[in-house]
Amino acid sequence: MTASARRLKGGLRAAALSLYLAFALFPLFWLLKVSVTPNILLYSEGIRMWPSRMTLDHYAYVLTHSQFPVFFRNSSIVAGGTAVCVTLLAALAGYAMSRFRFRGKAVIVVLMLITQMFPLAMLVAPIFRMMASVGLTNNLLGLVVVYTAFNVPFATFLMQSFFDGIPKDLEEAAMIDGATRFVAFRHIVLPLTLPGIAATLGFVFTAAWSELLFALMLISDNQVSTFPVGLLTFVSKFSVDFGQMMAAAVMALVPAGFFFLLIQRYLVQGLTAGAVKG
Amino acid sequence: MASIVIDRVRKSYADVAVLHDVDLTIDDGEFIVLVGPSGCGKSTLLRMIAGLDDVTEGEIRIAGRPVGHLSPKDRDIAMVFQSYALYPHMSVRDNMSYGLKLRRTPKEKIASAVSGAARTLGLDALLDRRPKALSGGQRQRVAMGRATVRSPKAFLFDEPLSNLDARLREQMRSEIKRLHGQLKATSVYVTHDQIEAMTLADRIVALQGGRVQQVGTPLELYHTPANLFVAGFMGSPGMNFLSATYLAEGDGKAVMLPDGTRLALAGRPPLATGTRVTIGVRPEHVAIASGGDGLAVTVDLVEPTGLGFILHLRLHDLPFKIFRQGDTSGVDRPQVRVVLPAARLHLFDGDGRRVALA
Repeated sequence: MTASARRLKGGLRAAALSLYLAFALFPLFWLLKVSVTPNILLYSEGIRMWPSRMTLDHYAYVLTHSQFPVFFRNSSIVAGGTAVCVTLLAALAGYAMSRFRFRGKAVIVVLMLITQMFPLAMLVAPIFRMMASVGLTNNLLGLVVVYTAFNVPFATFLMQSFFDGIPKDLEEAAMIDGATRFVAFRHIVLPLTLPGIAATLGFVFTAAWSELLFALMLISDNQVSTFPVGLLTFVSKFSVDFGQMMAAAVMALVPAGFFFLLIQRYLVQGLTAGAVKG
Repeated sequence: MASIVIDRVRKSYADVAVLHDVDLTIDDGEFIVLVGPSGCGKSTLLRMIAGLDDVTEGEIRIAGRPVGHLSPKDRDIAMVFQSYALYPHMSVRDNMSYGLKLRRTPKEKIASAVSGAARTLGLDALLDRRPKALSGGQRQRVAMGRATVRSPKAFLFDEPLSNLDARLREQMRSEIKRLHGQLKATSVYVTHDQIEAMTLADRIVALQGGRVQQVGTPLELYHTPANLFVAGFMGSPGMNFLSATYLAEGDGKAVMLPDGTRLALAGRPPLATGTRVTIGVRPEHVAIASGGDGLAVTVDLVEPTGLGFILHLRLHDLPFKIFRQGDTSGVDRPQVRVVLPAARLHLFDGDGRRVALA
């Protein structure tokens, strides 16, 4: 390939990537733009990439006059609780699926797949009945239970694939070195699975953070509403308060973004390089 | 250090038996090599000694103590894996000291054991590196070091050299032998490479199809293989086999090849005339006839090895090999005549078992 052809190829790749990035990030940009646009300019300026005057009034209003801080706290509890519960269960189940042969393993895999087959809307009514009878509607714990149940199967498969990627030899070497299976898991397997655990945590956290359907159906009291439900309160009968809604949404993005910032170094794989011949 | 006794051990997965009644006594300080083709059960046997696989039936005793109920950690053995199985998130030093730390060995003792092993294996400069920053040969050495620091009762090796290139494999082979000479540790070494088996072993255990075919010193297996499998497996290039019929008439020291050629034997086998037998002769024991005697064979291919050459021939349209030292002069023609010396012929009966010559 000549130098110019190579440059052309590089340029095309950069162009394609920028196009994709622009497409993916534009809604976020628009969110930010609307959140800092004063109400009077929202409809009067036409379509502009940035308002002629900026304001943080929407943020101030949302933080002081709305129930947003409550929603925020509720969402943090639900998403954090779900992420921890699911990751713990999925790590243990995934390890068993990856390392042990046991009776009924195939049946369990099929059952777990079946749980993923139904549209959630179909399950809302029966879930509501079940949760109501044990008093878990209108309750953050109820949401954690439901989210955990729905996320565990997928997370288990995810964790299993991470465990599968860790050579069995490593644990066996540790067990010969003097470790029990559990100690080998803690000292050898767990540190090497951190990227997988981080990915699972992040995945489940964001899924629970943004879930709307069950949060809407199982919760009726604003005091225990999560943030996606809370966003709907900005929609009233006659108007939508776009500025405040977008300001709330931007703030809701912060924890998810922060969370990924925390785990991103574990998301970068390659920790297992050098374990075995490679 | 300890002896290992394998007492009528069987192993089966569901209904499939992979090891049948294996009996073996490994003496204290002995270097035993389990050799055989892949799937013969040699690794399974090793893993059962280590406690990584369960014994279906029978008993394994290490230092006289049955270990069936003991987990790997309580057997006080060390194992070198084919993949090395170094802990990737630990430095070389931590890899080597992990076993000692788990046993709550005092810090000073760990440090001296690790530095001692590192010195023996030439790892001093690498102690703070992670495994991924090491070459294949260095990783192999660390795996050896990790096994030796604990001074266990026995060493188990699971094809430890098969991931190395030929030159390094040769070098590590001699290092393992030297190390065994120093430590005098009971060792069980699994390989499919008969050269490793020949060069390292005090005694070789040849396995096939989950059964022990022969146990003996390397030279016993080479000179008096118990059956066709061992005869064909040990030695490189492999032994030549010819089918023949035993002739009891006369002095009873001859067999007849299918084309009617008679071959002299060194002794009289306890067989009836007309018994179908297999004659075996190693490529390095076949002589090239200078005159008109011997068998006429067609030259198929010449493979020079530097030291000598391997001659691929067709004898009665069957492949037949000769190894000779020196250059190929004298064999650069389409046909040569070969002599199968009577003293070098191995005789096997219809079931493939060695027949002793009286």
